[in-house]
Amino acid sequence: MKRMAWIFAFFFTLGLASAEEAQPLSAHPKTEARMMTLANVLRCLVCQNQTLADSHADLAVDLRRQISEMIEAGQSDDDIKAYMVARYGDFVLYDPPMKPTTVLLWVGPFLLVLLGLGLLIRTRRESGDTPRRSIENDALERARRALLEDQKPQ
Amino acid sequence: MTRFWPLLAFALLCVFLYIGLFRDPREIPSPLIGKPAPSYQLPTLEGEGKTLTQEDLKGQVTLINVFASWCVSCRDEHPVLTAFLKTRPTQVIGLDYKDTRAEAKKWLDEMGNPYQAILFDAEGRVGIDFGVYGVPETFVIDRHGVIRYKATGPLTSETLQKVIRPLLDRLDQEPSS
Repeated sequence: MKRMAWIFAFFFTLGLASAEEAQPLSAHPKTEARMMTLANVLRCLVCQNQTLADSHADLAVDLRRQISEMIEAGQSDDDIKAYMVARYGDFVLYDPPMKPTTVLLWVGPFLLVLLGLGLLIRTRRESGDTPRRSIENDALERARRALLEDQKPQ
Repeated sequence: MTRFWPLLAFALLCVFLYIGLFRDPREIPSPLIGKPAPSYQLPTLEGEGKTLTQEDLKGQVTLINVFASWCVSCRDEHPVLTAFLKTRPTQVIGLDYKDTRAEAKKWLDEMGNPYQAILFDAEGRVGIDFGVYGVPETFVIDRHGVIRYKATGPLTSETLQKVIRPLLDRLDQEPSS
């Protein structure tokens, strides 16, 4: 039992060791916090589905350092974003701006919904226009006629 | 006709997916193309207190090749680039990215040095200004110091022959003022 506890403790501390986050780069917690908020909306260029904040790539570490330095030099968030876009393009922004090259990105989904709705309405209308001819309908028609025949005075 | 609509839509989707197979999703169009190369002032790899700036390269069509001794695919690219430069002499400047002088010199001794000059960017700051994100990268810069083309990842002899050679020839023809 005691051995089990030791083993548990061992693995628990292992978990603690690997759960360590990226090293803070700045001595000032305020700068650090602002840098992390910015890094959370910027994309890492090396591992492209991670934010700059999440990534451990060398370039991400360098760019986080760059952001911290720019904050300490008194630059605004927009300045820093503009700095990144000038070098890596709109791709670095997780929230890309609306402009001629990104219009399709923004309106594409709505266009597809409209197209789908249009198709739906059209097919519904088409099937509504043509009278339904089926075995049941034919049989019903024949039965109705037979009934009418019966009711006729002989 | 209406019953063929889904088939048509599917065929269109297939065309897009097929084109997608041959595109590299990691390749990001550089916003620097058509803009003047970022300004820098860097020591040369040789040391000796010499520095170079973007002004030193003006007047000639130049290739800037970003490399590093730690970069594995640079080993693939280097002989291809060196062979190309023998058939098409061009001013080529190396940008040694986040490296140490000793390692880089050892690497060049082993691999050969085709560069007219090598900029030494130990901290990678000039690399950031050039938007470098995947070494090796190569920039084609015209006489006026404007970036005209960028390749990310190792150059192949196909890219060199089909894209870069014609571009260099065209840029050489452009008037110098």
